[in-house]
Amino acid sequence: MAEYQNIFTQVQVRGAPEWGTDDLGTLTEDRAGTPFFSNLMGWFGNAQIGPINVGMVGIASIASGLVWFVIVGMNMLAQVDWSIPEFIRQLFWLALEPPSPEYGLRIPPLNDGGWYIISSFFLLVSVMLWWLRSWQLAAEQKMGKHIFWAFGSAIWLFLVLGLFRPILMGSWSEAVPYGIFPHLDWTTAFSIRYGNLYYNPFHCLSIVFLYGSVLLFAMHGATILAVTRFGGDRELEQIYDRGTATERAALFWRWTMGFNATMEGIHRWAWWFAVLTPITGGIGILLTGTVVDNWFIWAQEHNFAPMYDGSYGYEDFRSYGSFIGQEG
Amino acid sequence: MLPKWFNEWNRDNPTNIYTPGILVGVVGGAVFVAAMLVAWGQPFATDSLQTGPRGTGMSVPEFKADLATPDPDIANIIPDEPYVPAGGEPLARDIYQNVQVLGDLTEDNFNRLMNAMTTWVAPDAGCAYCHGDVALEEYGNDDLYTKVVARRMIEMTQNINENWDGHVNANKQVGVTCFTCHRGQNVPSEIWFRLGPVNTATAGWSANQSRVTVQSQYTSLPSDALESYLLNYERIAVHDLESRVAGSPSNPDIPAIQNAERTYSLMNYFANSLGVNCVFCHNTRAFYDPAQVTPQWSTASLGIAMVQELNNDYLVPLQDVYPPHRLGPVFGDAPKAACKTCHKGYQQPLQGTNVIADWPELATTGAPSYEAATQ
Repeated sequence: MAEYQNIFTQVQVRGAPEWGTDDLGTLTEDRAGTPFFSNLMGWFGNAQIGPINVGMVGIASIASGLVWFVIVGMNMLAQVDWSIPEFIRQLFWLALEPPSPEYGLRIPPLNDGGWYIISSFFLLVSVMLWWLRSWQLAAEQKMGKHIFWAFGSAIWLFLVLGLFRPILMGSWSEAVPYGIFPHLDWTTAFSIRYGNLYYNPFHCLSIVFLYGSVLLFAMHGATILAVTRFGGDRELEQIYDRGTATERAALFWRWTMGFNATMEGIHRWAWWFAVLTPITGGIGILLTGTVVDNWFIWAQEHNFAPMYDGSYGYEDFRSYGSFIGQEG
Repeated sequence: MLPKWFNEWNRDNPTNIYTPGILVGVVGGAVFVAAMLVAWGQPFATDSLQTGPRGTGMSVPEFKADLATPDPDIANIIPDEPYVPAGGEPLARDIYQNVQVLGDLTEDNFNRLMNAMTTWVAPDAGCAYCHGDVALEEYGNDDLYTKVVARRMIEMTQNINENWDGHVNANKQVGVTCFTCHRGQNVPSEIWFRLGPVNTATAGWSANQSRVTVQSQYTSLPSDALESYLLNYERIAVHDLESRVAGSPSNPDIPAIQNAERTYSLMNYFANSLGVNCVFCHNTRAFYDPAQVTPQWSTASLGIAMVQELNNDYLVPLQDVYPPHRLGPVFGDAPKAACKTCHKGYQQPLQGTNVIADWPELATTGAPSYEAATQ
């Protein structure tokens, strides 16, 4: 029996490609590419590919981002003496590192963080232009700016990591390296250097919202899929003209926990949880090294890191000899 | 290909064979696995060594199969009891020429030790490895670098046993001999050399990390941890001991993220050298806190000081004695020691086997005491 569903859509709708609205008669100017249909993409989402609204801002953003990407790549390539095999072999280890600490906020030599500063400038331009584009595209369709502000929350964390905090710390060396493993090493070292980030309450909040987002996403996704057979996947229609899908979904959660979100409100829950993840995380990062230098000691001072009474009982622990079976 | 009646029968009797097939397969497979686990036991059974208070999750896990396999090098330790001197025997310094470090030994014990050293360090070349292919009367010559190095290594071994008791005998008497590092090889495994910049295109902290090297334990962390901490006495700790300490990492006295990464690199080396994890020494909620570390932390701290002394007082000064092929590939520096040179991946070298009991001659820088051997 034919079914129409997301992942995997067994029946794909085919008609003339949708070009989108053009109320002002000028909106299609920025739309590039002839739309076509992809069977493969249709299994995962909408089968229609394109047109894409690039616009001058989008072009400038992509160009600037490419400059960043190429600077990082060329620096990595230079570090392996321009050897492609070695570049591929070491790719996950290589990085464009920020300047050494002794340069502070001064401009460092090109080979000790100078390229990092230059490339970071282009990345900043690229990200900010892409942010602007998300406003423009929403404005053209007279949409709300929710996506713009949500992206802004991620940009807040990005700016804290690479711009605000290094300035407050007085050294560009505090910024995150551009590399696969190196940026993970930075994350670990950052936590260890400042006395365990898990005791940073804003880090705690960020984790709450991150895991909360995951939970909400699963609950909402599951609920909607479960009432799709009653038309629940047409969420927008359900918002202004509630049908039995909404009633059943609402009833399920009210039976489960006495409370249910509304068809519209669940999306506000999800949006705020997602947005608060980088907002709280960014606050936590910004306070680290600027206001608090050892989070574990800070937590002890504020009475939420319990202390052991000191009777660890080491003398009763198993000996190494017993562990390897050399003695009773 | 199939008979017509078969196809017709199938067409007339549509039967879902997949659901029962999958069901039987899954249930049958589960029963089979369960039966095998009951009959043969968990094939990857683990055991763990508790290292901290209950509830903290501090333990070192190991596969039982690995625990049941002793370090194969232990089998190569040959018991060799000392000859207890009755008193009045002539000593090695009176009998042989140019005996600088083992002069207090009786002839029997001196030759016993010399013989053991060949099995520990040069089982193939034998005496000639240090003394050359010459007549016995010429054995006093210092013609070969191997003999000069060996003499200094005997002094180093005596120093470790006498002055670093708190590290090597922290749990019980274990001691070290030449074998602890050499294991029958002319040059011990797991020695290290200075590496310097890992690339020529950059400088500063960009040039000592983000590269696969043995020194970084194949991480992208800095590759100069061993030389910074175990040779140059740089500060390992990176934490502030108050919740707020003003200062910018642009000040060299304030540890930067990069310092933390290099310390982390050293800690990776520690863990891999001993086959342990972070919580063997630290309570990871507060790495720095001396009130929460385990007893092993103190032993390891002594080990750091010991390795710094061994490298700076014994190994590096031998640089000019070595021939070029024994020197480092980048800087031509002398080979150096660190945790893994002795430990070889075990919590205790040779899994805590007492190697010094038979060798009072190596246990002290002074005249050997055979009291333990007479009891």
